[in-house]
Amino acid sequence: MIRINCPYCGERDHSEFSYGGDASIKYPSLEASEKEWTEAIFFRKNIRGFQIETWHHSNGCRMWLEVERSTVTHEIKSVRPCHPDLQKVVENNK
Amino acid sequence: MTRFNAWNVIKNGLNGQSGWSRQWRDPEPKSNYDVIIVGGGLHGLATAFYLAKNHNIKNVAVLEKGWIGGGNAGRNTTIVRSNYMMPGNHEFYEHSLKLWENLSHELNYNVMFSQRAHVSLFHSPGARDSAARRYNVMRLHGTDAELWDIKTLKKKIPHLNYDDSRFPILGAAVQRRAGNARHDAVAWGYARAADSLGVDILQNCEVTGITRKNGSIESIQTSRGTIKGKKVGFAVAGNTSVLWQMAELGNLPIESHKLQAFVTESIKPLLDQVVVYGVGGAHFYISQSDKGSMVFGGDLDWYKSYAQRGNLPIVQDSAEAAMAILPCLGRIRLLRHWAGVMDMTMDGSFFICKTPISNLYLNAGWNYGGFKASPASGWYFADLIANENPHNYVHNHNLERFEKGINIDERGAGPDPKLHG
Repeated sequence: MIRINCPYCGERDHSEFSYGGDASIKYPSLEASEKEWTEAIFFRKNIRGFQIETWHHSNGCRMWLEVERSTVTHEIKSVRPCHPDLQKVVENNK
Repeated sequence: MTRFNAWNVIKNGLNGQSGWSRQWRDPEPKSNYDVIIVGGGLHGLATAFYLAKNHNIKNVAVLEKGWIGGGNAGRNTTIVRSNYMMPGNHEFYEHSLKLWENLSHELNYNVMFSQRAHVSLFHSPGARDSAARRYNVMRLHGTDAELWDIKTLKKKIPHLNYDDSRFPILGAAVQRRAGNARHDAVAWGYARAADSLGVDILQNCEVTGITRKNGSIESIQTSRGTIKGKKVGFAVAGNTSVLWQMAELGNLPIESHKLQAFVTESIKPLLDQVVVYGVGGAHFYISQSDKGSMVFGGDLDWYKSYAQRGNLPIVQDSAEAAMAILPCLGRIRLLRHWAGVMDMTMDGSFFICKTPISNLYLNAGWNYGGFKASPASGWYFADLIANENPHNYVHNHNLERFEKGINIDERGAGPDPKLHG
């Protein structure tokens, strides 16, 4: 069981969360070429090691989180809210 | 290599089994090969075998970082079927099933292929219509398929849970020619047959680097030295992205996820078919091995991972599904469970294609379906490497299909790899 330290709820089992996916993807502008859109939607780095990914605390506070996790050992380095403004709020309240 | 036949079995039965030879050699790597296949799983071994058998290309090396049969070849639930609907897929998997039907003779090795029927239960009128559509498409293409009503099903498998009011069983979609095979025997059979045709199987030979020169691969660095190949094929599903990036080729439409399988203690014959149960988002398949163990599996672990070990919530899910459909298993004990790393692709279909490097060929993205695909995968990958021209069945199974909008999405789940289970 992976334990994820939700910044709002505290440490919980991963079964409370839903896995989102690679959080490093940036969508291109609407005018971008088909090649760029294909790359953003379909192609992944599929990192073996630490990657930043999204998890949804779907059976908890229902907030989206950015988790830095190893895809080999499942060790988690950091957890923070996805939204940059909420990241600041959480940082300031520490 | 001593062939298996009645005469040799009797002869060696009388002389204390002393006349058998090694199943395959353990050669030192040569410095040059016509074709190097990276990955000594079922697909890599099958590719080497068909390169030698169908295309007379025998100066072939298969590089395996561990040992033969130690990766996903030994981490599956051994189900073979061809109930696919999309163009390309159904012809491919049907050819695979036909190859399975003669595989033991072809390899002179008993792969214990047992066509015991694949019984996919449905639980609502909508699911029945969907199954009828899929199985009608199969029949139109000459694959056997039938629907069993509840009366037939009760006669064939009397001990399913027919009293579930939440998910009542209405019937089943059945492919009679589908079934199981012994996974280790398939790996050993292909290795032995390929070796006897001259293929070098190099175990404990991990690829550590790839040298490119003028748009092609010049050599491959391995833990057993540098090896040159005129052509190189990757067949390393689970770790494709790692090797792809070693060749500096960037991203792939693949995520690595893990899938668990479970084996119980052995019991007397209980289940004569492969039974599939999928309701409410769950996904469960079960059969009984020749040793008597119940072999079953369920969903992916739901998060990306390269770890070959499974998590506990899925153990619970699978156990709940087992109890829901076969309550008679309530007191059986689980012996082992393990996980294999899957190449989950963006549309749930595989890749057998050329790559941006002129002498590199890709075999990857097998999702849940790698085991049954092994013979045809080897057949068409060998064909691509030998003839440079993808066969009609696989000519859309390439990396460009996403940009062209011709995804082969059997499940209609969209670009989220974990949903293509």
